[in-house]
Amino acid sequence: MDGAVPAVKMRDITKRFGSVVANDKCWLDIYRGEILALLGENGSGKTTLMNMLSGIYFPDEGEIFIDGKPVVISSPRSAFDLGIGMIHQHFKLVDVFTAAENIILGLPGKLDIHAAKEKIMDICTKYGFVIDPDQKVYDMSVSQKQTVEIIKVLYRGAEILILDEPTAVLTPQETDRLFAVLRNMRDDGKAIVIITHKMHEVESLSDRVAVLRKGHFTGDMLTKNTNIQEMTNMMVGRPVELNIKRTETVDPKPRIQVQGLTIKDAEGTVKLDNVSFTANSGEVLGVAGISGCGQKELLEAIAGLQVVESGSICYVRDNGEKEELIGKDPLKIKSLGVALSFVPEDRLGMGLVGDMDIGNNMMLRTYRDSKGIFTNRKDPYHVAHQMVDFLEIVTPSVETPVRRLSGGNVQKVLVGREISNAPTVLLTAYATRGLDINSSYMIYDLINEQKQRGVSVIYVGEDLDVLVALCDRVLVLCGGKVSGIVDGRKTDKRELGAMMTKLGGMTNE
Amino acid sequence: MNFWIPLLFNAVLTGAPLMFGTLGEILTEKSGNMNLGVEGMMYMGGAFGLGAAYYYEKIAGESANAIAGLLIAVFFAFLAGAIGALIFSFLTISLRANQNVTGLALSIFGTGVGQFAGEFMRVREGGYIAVGAQMKAIFQNSPFPAVLLNIPVIGKLIFGYNIFVYLGVIIAVIMSYLFNKTRVGLNLRSVGESPATADAAGISVTRYRYLATVIGGGISAVGGMIYIMTIAGCVWNHEGLSGEGWLAVALVIFCLWRPLNAIWGSAMFGALMILYLRLSIPFIPNQIYKILPYLVTVIVLIITSLRNKKEDQPPAALGLPYFREER
Repeated sequence: MDGAVPAVKMRDITKRFGSVVANDKCWLDIYRGEILALLGENGSGKTTLMNMLSGIYFPDEGEIFIDGKPVVISSPRSAFDLGIGMIHQHFKLVDVFTAAENIILGLPGKLDIHAAKEKIMDICTKYGFVIDPDQKVYDMSVSQKQTVEIIKVLYRGAEILILDEPTAVLTPQETDRLFAVLRNMRDDGKAIVIITHKMHEVESLSDRVAVLRKGHFTGDMLTKNTNIQEMTNMMVGRPVELNIKRTETVDPKPRIQVQGLTIKDAEGTVKLDNVSFTANSGEVLGVAGISGCGQKELLEAIAGLQVVESGSICYVRDNGEKEELIGKDPLKIKSLGVALSFVPEDRLGMGLVGDMDIGNNMMLRTYRDSKGIFTNRKDPYHVAHQMVDFLEIVTPSVETPVRRLSGGNVQKVLVGREISNAPTVLLTAYATRGLDINSSYMIYDLINEQKQRGVSVIYVGEDLDVLVALCDRVLVLCGGKVSGIVDGRKTDKRELGAMMTKLGGMTNE
Repeated sequence: MNFWIPLLFNAVLTGAPLMFGTLGEILTEKSGNMNLGVEGMMYMGGAFGLGAAYYYEKIAGESANAIAGLLIAVFFAFLAGAIGALIFSFLTISLRANQNVTGLALSIFGTGVGQFAGEFMRVREGGYIAVGAQMKAIFQNSPFPAVLLNIPVIGKLIFGYNIFVYLGVIIAVIMSYLFNKTRVGLNLRSVGESPATADAAGISVTRYRYLATVIGGGISAVGGMIYIMTIAGCVWNHEGLSGEGWLAVALVIFCLWRPLNAIWGSAMFGALMILYLRLSIPFIPNQIYKILPYLVTVIVLIITSLRNKKEDQPPAALGLPYFREER
């Protein structure tokens, strides 16, 4: 394809958010009849770059050429006019509209639903989609919603399609269907960009790879000329081996015993189905699974935040005494002398109060212990100062509202606070999501440190490499069921990946 | 029959100002803007509508045309409400101020402006301000010929109302058609449901919100003018309007944001408002009747949230400011 005029040429694109530079002089070429995989770590500016192509953001500097002609993309509408369509990670659909209404939304001309439906069915036949144009979006599955998004873009005659992490929410079968459709579109001469973190998808689907690192463009190449190791090195900027230190377990004894735990959500869907396992002191128990397989419910049940259908969760004291945790709220659990710490997935929603400063957030954990009618402010602020120094939290002061800190520093505050309580059980959910490499490693070190103290750590993660490298044992969830518990030292991510989808595959047979 | 027909007839008349207040607020809320300033806008509409008709008549003297007076009153009432809503829009859409706080401020501001203007006119004109009989007639009498009015029962119940009742029904029908059958309506609803989606689809969220809020505010304010010119008898009455705007906000919820429901909804609220005049049950004080509209609204809210039908819920983005580059 070299020598052909690229469908899109981006040159020296720079975008800043306040003092943060999201993209710094980025270059990117997108060709027709090709699928381009855009790679980069979290926060490397992939989505920002693509948002500038689709008119959501406006670049501060740089030029964009479509078919060799310089253009200004000032709004989503001007992106449509240039044949650019983006399918966002968070779908942009109106829930109470039908598929057809969503697809024709914002187009000029008279409203003619019937003509629109015919055109939608034509597109479906051409590329192999299955969809009911009269179905309301709130009745649709995630994959159906995604289909609507793609048709919406095609309906507008898009020649350049951008998909932001399209497979993150799909089952393997749905992913295969999506890829088949994308290949059809490529063969039809469209230019396709997909943003993804999954390397095997890059290898199996894309024709070309472009890599971003911390907002810089580090290069592009044909997929067939490269391999996963090279791509990863380019993403991180140095030869990487995810070599996370794993200390030996310390005198493992049962600490949390879960028996036959079943949880249903408000709609009656089973989120956890007869889950049993034991978490030991002095070890890290990893929890793997496709997102939404019950990880959140599991942790919240142990922390006393979930209504449990049936089963038992026992806390085992050092002297062997058992304490049932089900039916007790966090305060009650604490009053029993059970030191649980919980680092939830939703940092600023469940973990910290964004508008309060670091010291006050520390106080949330301790204010009940103050004597008399005044709260003890001195000690929490003292701990906060220590924590800022020790964890190298970047903040103007401990009086800065937590909301103003970057994601990595927010996470450090949260983990730091939870650890400062000297827990015996530490629950973490996606502790390193959205964190850069350095912060991630600091979190891993903290977890290992807790393990050395004899803490039972339950680590819910999404990165299989990390789970394999960090955890002593890994519990794999699939559709709310335990599909197995494996030894972290003996397993590899292929095995984990297979276990994560095992039950899903079986039910589809 | 002697009980029901007058009740129904008067209920529709009493509900007419509410119908306008409600229709305007439905239009506003469909765009995702929650303008709680209806009370203020209706006060402004009442004072300026009356003032416009009065001074037109005074200046034109003998040559005053009643129909022109009516149009002028409607125009100035609309203008007053639209200006109030424009202030609201600027604060909430352009400056992204909190909609509830801004709406409450507009309520207080509009009530103050309306009260001041009305009282100022009244005192300046010698303690009493009212338009002439001919002008009054055009505001208050049925626009239909006597032939139709003389049909027994139906004549009065269908053709007997003042012109604003019919105008309100026409506006409701047009709005319903606009929301459900046209592209503008689809775009407007998407702005109220999910501004980010609308924006990504190339719809100008700002323009739709401004237009819907300003026009909606104008329609609401006309409701205030109708109250002064019909129910209050073309006389400035600084007490009467009080509470109308809040009832309209409640009626929007009662109507489930559907304009056609506002037609019978306003009549029903009207009936609940005047029930105490026609029905007296021993030991129950009159004031109890006045809470009936609110009570019904609360019951409707409970029922719709229990049924949890997506179509009956408020616009999903109601009350939320939109900023494209929010991270």
